[in-house]
Amino acid sequence: MQSGDKNKNTGKKPRTPINYKLVSSIMRGTRRYFVISVLGLIAAIITSYMIPIVTSFTIDYVLLPYAEEGYEAGRTMVPEAVMQWIESIGGRGFLLEHLYIMGILLVIITAVNAISTFLRRSYAAYAGEGIAKNIRDDLYTHLANVPYDYFKHVSTGDIVQRCTSDVDGVRRFIQNQLLEILRTVLMVITAAVIMLRIDSLLTLWSVMLMPFLALSSFIYFRKVKSSFTEADEAEGALSAAIQENLTGVRVVRAFGQQKRELDNFTEKNSDHRKKNLRLTYLMAYYWSASDAFGYLQIMISLCVGAYFVITGRISVGEMLVFTSYTAMLTWPVRQLGRILADLGKASVSLGRIDEIMSAPLEEEPGKALSPTITGEVEFRHVGFKYADSTVPVLSDISFTAKKGETIAILGSTGSGKSTLVQLMQRLYCATEGEILIDGVNINDIERHHLRKGISIVLQEPFLYSRTIMENIRIVDPDMPEEAVYEAARVAAIHDVVKEFEKGYDTVVGERGVTLSGGQKQRVAIARMLTQNAPIIILDDSMSAVDTETDAAIREALSGSRGSRTTFIISHRITTLREADKILVLEHGRLVQQGTHDELMRTDGLYRRIADIQNMLGDELISEGGEA
Amino acid sequence: MEQLEVSALQEEEFDKKVDFKLWKRLVKYALRSRGTVAFTILANIFVALVDIVYPLLSRYVIDNIIPSGNPQSLVPFGFVYAGFILIQGLGVMGFIMASGKLETMIAYDIRQDSFKHLQELSFSYYDKTAVGYIMARMVSDVGRISELIAWGLIDLLWSLAYVVGIMVMMFVMKWQLALIVLAVIPPLAVICVYFQKKILRHYRDVRKQNSKITGALNEGIMGAVTTKTLVREERNTEEFKAETGRMRKSAIRAAVLSAMFTPIVMCLGSVGTGLALYAGGISVVGKWAGIGVITVGTLSTFISYSTGIFDPIQQLAGIFAEMQSAQASAERVIALIDTPLEIRDSDEVIAKYGDSFFPKRENWEDIRGDIVFDDVSFAYKEGEKVLSHFNLDVKAGQTIALVGETGAGKSTIVNLVCRFYEPTEGRILIDGVDYRERSQLWLQDRLGYVLQQPHLFSGNIMENIRYGRPDATDEEVYAAAALVHADEFINNLDDGYKTEVGEGGARLSTGQKQLISFARVILANPRVFVLDEATSSIDTETEQLIQNAITKVLENRTSFIVAHRLSTIRSADRILVIRGGKVIESGTHRELLALKGYYYDLYTTQFRKDALKNVLD
Repeated sequence: MQSGDKNKNTGKKPRTPINYKLVSSIMRGTRRYFVISVLGLIAAIITSYMIPIVTSFTIDYVLLPYAEEGYEAGRTMVPEAVMQWIESIGGRGFLLEHLYIMGILLVIITAVNAISTFLRRSYAAYAGEGIAKNIRDDLYTHLANVPYDYFKHVSTGDIVQRCTSDVDGVRRFIQNQLLEILRTVLMVITAAVIMLRIDSLLTLWSVMLMPFLALSSFIYFRKVKSSFTEADEAEGALSAAIQENLTGVRVVRAFGQQKRELDNFTEKNSDHRKKNLRLTYLMAYYWSASDAFGYLQIMISLCVGAYFVITGRISVGEMLVFTSYTAMLTWPVRQLGRILADLGKASVSLGRIDEIMSAPLEEEPGKALSPTITGEVEFRHVGFKYADSTVPVLSDISFTAKKGETIAILGSTGSGKSTLVQLMQRLYCATEGEILIDGVNINDIERHHLRKGISIVLQEPFLYSRTIMENIRIVDPDMPEEAVYEAARVAAIHDVVKEFEKGYDTVVGERGVTLSGGQKQRVAIARMLTQNAPIIILDDSMSAVDTETDAAIREALSGSRGSRTTFIISHRITTLREADKILVLEHGRLVQQGTHDELMRTDGLYRRIADIQNMLGDELISEGGEA
Repeated sequence: MEQLEVSALQEEEFDKKVDFKLWKRLVKYALRSRGTVAFTILANIFVALVDIVYPLLSRYVIDNIIPSGNPQSLVPFGFVYAGFILIQGLGVMGFIMASGKLETMIAYDIRQDSFKHLQELSFSYYDKTAVGYIMARMVSDVGRISELIAWGLIDLLWSLAYVVGIMVMMFVMKWQLALIVLAVIPPLAVICVYFQKKILRHYRDVRKQNSKITGALNEGIMGAVTTKTLVREERNTEEFKAETGRMRKSAIRAAVLSAMFTPIVMCLGSVGTGLALYAGGISVVGKWAGIGVITVGTLSTFISYSTGIFDPIQQLAGIFAEMQSAQASAERVIALIDTPLEIRDSDEVIAKYGDSFFPKRENWEDIRGDIVFDDVSFAYKEGEKVLSHFNLDVKAGQTIALVGETGAGKSTIVNLVCRFYEPTEGRILIDGVDYRERSQLWLQDRLGYVLQQPHLFSGNIMENIRYGRPDATDEEVYAAAALVHADEFINNLDDGYKTEVGEGGARLSTGQKQLISFARVILANPRVFVLDEATSSIDTETEQLIQNAITKVLENRTSFIVAHRLSTIRSADRILVIRGGKVIESGTHRELLALKGYYYDLYTTQFRKDALKNVLD
């Protein structure tokens, strides 16, 4: 798993400072949601503290003096003004007569609390999801506009992971954790204010274990982080083992290696189990211990509270308020430690996103003109090497292709053929010399305009997971179906597609039908044909098509010859010999160029290859003649 | 990458009733460790009981200790309380450990069973099942099921024990008051179940939308060049933004719904608490004749219980909803394990030759390499015969070339030879014996199969060449690579034989992969060779070089070659021209040319022009 490795590396990197410009950019349009959410949060905290007060006040003020003679009502829980108002409407006697009022009050306060909680959570979702959308859109837009070279240095899995898990990590942090921190802090402060009003000494007793609780969960979650990472990595390794086995299942069987595969899998599976079990055990220690500490804190406030009740310092209701608040606080305080420990995660995720966002975009090195492209191409001493390499891939390439000509390119694997044609589309920029199209340096042609003028079909063409119809007319979705059929016919794929159950509506790829290499190549050729570009490039794009079909396609293509300039990379002499000019590349140099006849007259790669393939022809003549 | 794309595409809508039979089967995985299950159950009930005791302890303080006015009794009380805390802590620790053990054990066992089964499933299964689909079953579905069985079980037990316990305690304390407070439970349960289901359905939408986004991202990266050359960046971005817009919408919908759920439960719950406060309050002051007086402690316990009972009820509803939604996962996993093996060795064969994992090589006969197709018919799909009544007699050591158009049935024939598929009618004899009378591994272990789409495993080149024979020395690996002229490009790589090939060999070109897979087969030294378009992406010069090597290697071994390049097949002992699943011509290159039939046509279309021009020059 490459992505797993990358992950680890990034995780170990010294933490990069948070890019606040990025943060403010991804938060665009979500600020008001935060405001509503925070208001809801504050209202929810206040009402949640009122609930125990209602019950305790009822017990203290309304019930107890009647049940037990001489009991003093705890008036401290309720603000003086409210107390006066209660006295004015009849005080305890009134409330005792209408005890249902207290029940209804409880329901009303809870309802307000419920609505506030709802506002807090749903607006947090509006904010979080809005931010997630912003990040996703920004990432995608950025990735659509980075240079082609970028993708050669990254792994797809890693990028996808950053765009999904890391984005989700940031979203969760903003939507849940950030507000949770605020909530916990406000809860502690509010509780402290109310409790201090009642009794400062008991307040001290009731929160004595809280810092310890927060600190221990903070330390714990920091510590287990590595165990979490290990468990994640074990899962990655397990997935990788399964995926490798499944994609290579034919090889596994052909070599009879099932046993070894099973052993390998068992090892990964056991490791996964071990790491997860360890994690669970760590969880078991933590949760049981912190549960116990939470209850210990409740016990302390209960016992000390009871002692104070006995000594007459506070009332029973007040004691109940303390135990309720203690119970209400233990959970968020524990969570606070956990969130603080996780805080680094979000900034790592953000850093990983920032890394993508700060990759430089494709640039216009020149004047960004949009001249009409007719199809004349000239290479003048063109050379190219990758930025991170010293060995040139291409050097000193010069040739001209007139409008309508067919240029064939021959060369062994790694001789730079594909790079040569990619330079024409400025997927890479030539590092030496210049390429002219219709006399204009391509660096001065706006890249989208340039690429619209050149169609390319790759050896392993990429089709989108859409229908075949949509794929062929991808550049112009409004193209009439008849035109699509026509292109498909020329590419010799029409009859094949007709055979499919859903015809042109067949979805390509994993979700639908898996096309063979040759079929994909032909669909891509059809797609190219719909573009009507003045320059076309076939980058070994018929290698998986059988010779007969290859010939038929070329026959059909040549029908429109003269109107477009064609570049063909191929090994087949039959293909090459028809070209107006053949370029022979060896180790990045143009060693020969000329027509078939010219090249056959000189010793070189071309003749060697032609000889090999022609041997068959000679033999045929002799044998055919005999028969 | 595939798995990302498919994982959630398979999230079909499942709204079935909980199928207990299915779950029973999965629970059996848990029952492999009865002790752990029993311990989990006990620890759970135990913890629930302690949870019920806590409010009673507060009641004791209010009703007994405080009125007594004796602070001394708080000390023993504190110790008792601490004792309960300790016991509960141990209980919690115990059940988390036990459940964790169950969870990992169930996941391990199901994965182990599935993987083993996958190693035996025939290619026909892989033909129609995407890798991503299987990945999703093996990783996320299994994870979900094992988690649900292990932890769902806990929650279920704890919630049940807690709810029942609280009810019992309430009834014991004051049954009339209990009836009043508990009146809100039935409507609450209905609302819980309704909401949980709805929330799950919404989250399923979110997941679906999420996997669409993942797919779009994946496509954006994999198709980056194509998108650039088609100048579709902007339109793709617009389409992507529409997807993320839908994602935001469905995610917010789900979040708002679940943000609504807890507050509604709280509100209903507060009605219960309000009733307890009102009715209990009346009873405390003795104003309700029918009930009689209760203590303040009892009232506060009632209030605690009435707030505490809603949590487990929410949990219970959650588990049922989760079971319902995880049912699809469960069904798919079971379906995977239950997929019948289309090709399987009979029990007698396994008894003698061993299975795919534990072969009994000592009982294996040698392979000479005579291969006979005896009236073989074959269909991938019922009724669509690819081969019918096919006969072929190959002597040991012969090289057979198969020629024909795409889809003529060439690959089918070689797949049948390899026993990746079995004849639907007729039989295939190897050394005079029907190959079904021997184990699959017996044949496949001695088989060398080079595919058109060469697959390499992650790891370096050395490891890949060694795949079929892990004990080969470095020298043997070098020799094999040299034989197919792969050594040249390998030595030019920065790390030579230690070069990592990447996932599926992605860092190498198709031609390079073909050379390596060639070397891999040669090193394994098989008795029977099958080359299915093995050299299609190798450049002509290299191909010519390895052609000689191939001829040398194939000497004395039975071999089948499928190729488009006629140059590859000229030297075969026999060439079969396949058309529509039948041999229409058969013979040596010369014989077939003399026949002036289909082969002749095929051959000449490719070379006529060359030949003519040559003559004219």
